[in-house]
Amino acid sequence: MLSPVIDPEGAPFWRYAAQGELRVQACADCGALRFPPRPCCPHCRSFGVEWRPLSGHGRVWSYVVPHPPLLPDYAERAPYNVIVVELVEAPHIRLVGNLVAEAGAPIDSLPAERIRIGARVRFVADPASGLPQWVPERP
Amino acid sequence: MAGIKDATAIVGIGQTAFAKQLPENERTLACRAVIAALDDAGIDPGEVDALASFTMEETDEVELAKAVGFGDLTFFSRVGYGGGGSCATVAHLAAAIATGQASVGVAWRSRKRGSGPRPWRDTVTQLPTPAQWTRPYGLLRPVDEIAMLTRRYLHEYGATRDHLFNVALACRNRANQNPAAVMYDRPLTREMYMTSRWISEPLCLFDNCLETDGALACVVVSRERARDCRRPPVYVHSAAQGLPAQHHGMVNYWNDDPLTGPSWATARHLWKHADFTPEDVDVAQIYDAFTALIPLSLEGYGFCGRGEGAAFTEQGALESGGRLPINTGGGGLSEAYVHGFNLINEGVKQLRGNSTAQVPGAATCLVTAGEGVPTSALLLTNRS
Repeated sequence: MLSPVIDPEGAPFWRYAAQGELRVQACADCGALRFPPRPCCPHCRSFGVEWRPLSGHGRVWSYVVPHPPLLPDYAERAPYNVIVVELVEAPHIRLVGNLVAEAGAPIDSLPAERIRIGARVRFVADPASGLPQWVPERP
Repeated sequence: MAGIKDATAIVGIGQTAFAKQLPENERTLACRAVIAALDDAGIDPGEVDALASFTMEETDEVELAKAVGFGDLTFFSRVGYGGGGSCATVAHLAAAIATGQASVGVAWRSRKRGSGPRPWRDTVTQLPTPAQWTRPYGLLRPVDEIAMLTRRYLHEYGATRDHLFNVALACRNRANQNPAAVMYDRPLTREMYMTSRWISEPLCLFDNCLETDGALACVVVSRERARDCRRPPVYVHSAAQGLPAQHHGMVNYWNDDPLTGPSWATARHLWKHADFTPEDVDVAQIYDAFTALIPLSLEGYGFCGRGEGAAFTEQGALESGGRLPINTGGGGLSEAYVHGFNLINEGVKQLRGNSTAQVPGAATCLVTAGEGVPTSALLLTNRS
């Protein structure tokens, strides 16, 4: 599986996520949330940054089910799901991820037939990789 | 003169064969297409002083100029974002020529993507920003990224796979009329489409363009110079690029409204400088790396309202004789996927009156570049 190559702006996201915390970059001056992380605020041009904790509750905005040809690690797991989650507190912030049966479960642990747009999901961290994952609110 | 409107014209087009595998390398194919386009125009290669291509092109300006024997170049440009840059190459040449920076411009695209490497397989170099946010989860290929938008589009507007099939079928039917098309002798049926293998659900095999080896080129000169060329001029009536506010290439999911992609921004500028409207477009060549880009583009370029793009494809609207015949050479889905350059040349063929699926009396044509990334578009006309 691929690991993110982390840049300075994004590093705090991955650090918090590995601790089981979903935090999104916010402007330290006007408070606007932004994703993906970047050097300055597109609303007020401030370079001040803070990392705002969010509830981790979201909804499935869309999803796909990739099939081979794929990179080897992913081909072995295919078909698996990839979802886009819109965050309850900030629906314009949508995170790409996988819907899994429980924290640490593989990307094909939940059959795609069970996924619906609008379904409520919750943020968890994969204990092994530290990567964000999503589990159904009502399993 | 209002900007570049009708100030320049495409006077030559050239192409190589299209195939899954061609023996020659990209540089050789590029030379062949460029020489063919200049010959079509009746212009000596020594007169070329401007070049334009787009990123992900392996043949560079120095090598092409040296091999073909151009004169001194005074303008050269390379447009970013791969398939979004196809139409912008013509736009850059038109602007350069209209402002006196050059007099004879060549735009080209050469590819070995049928038999060569595909860039998204090189995931190591793609993992830094922005791919760190998508690739680790297995969203690996362009088809996965566009399938995500497609699923949401189908959900929001009640569109179905039958609408995507309408797009695939229109392109295939036109390819079946075009002996140069890779899929010339391969008709498509609804059953074949509905039972084909998935690539990334909800997109199946026939929703994807053909990876192709091949090259194309076209020649742009001033309106005045065009009168002396071998072929009737096809005027560059309007041209635009579009990188909308807060856009994020391919995975535009962080935009407030991911279903209004770069075509919307491009279209606003394109139509502002045109003497005609979408209703006056006789034929369109719309970038079709994936079927779902067609309904999104039909909405973006103003042929119908938001959410109406799928319904627009019904009742044979995209077929010959329909409301808006599209991709009359077969497009990227069925003629060849050469990063959209075949759509430019097909637009020229239509306005010369010699397409293999000719729209009778076609006088206006929209050509678009890749939707989903910063893009570009052209309005072409044969009216002087």
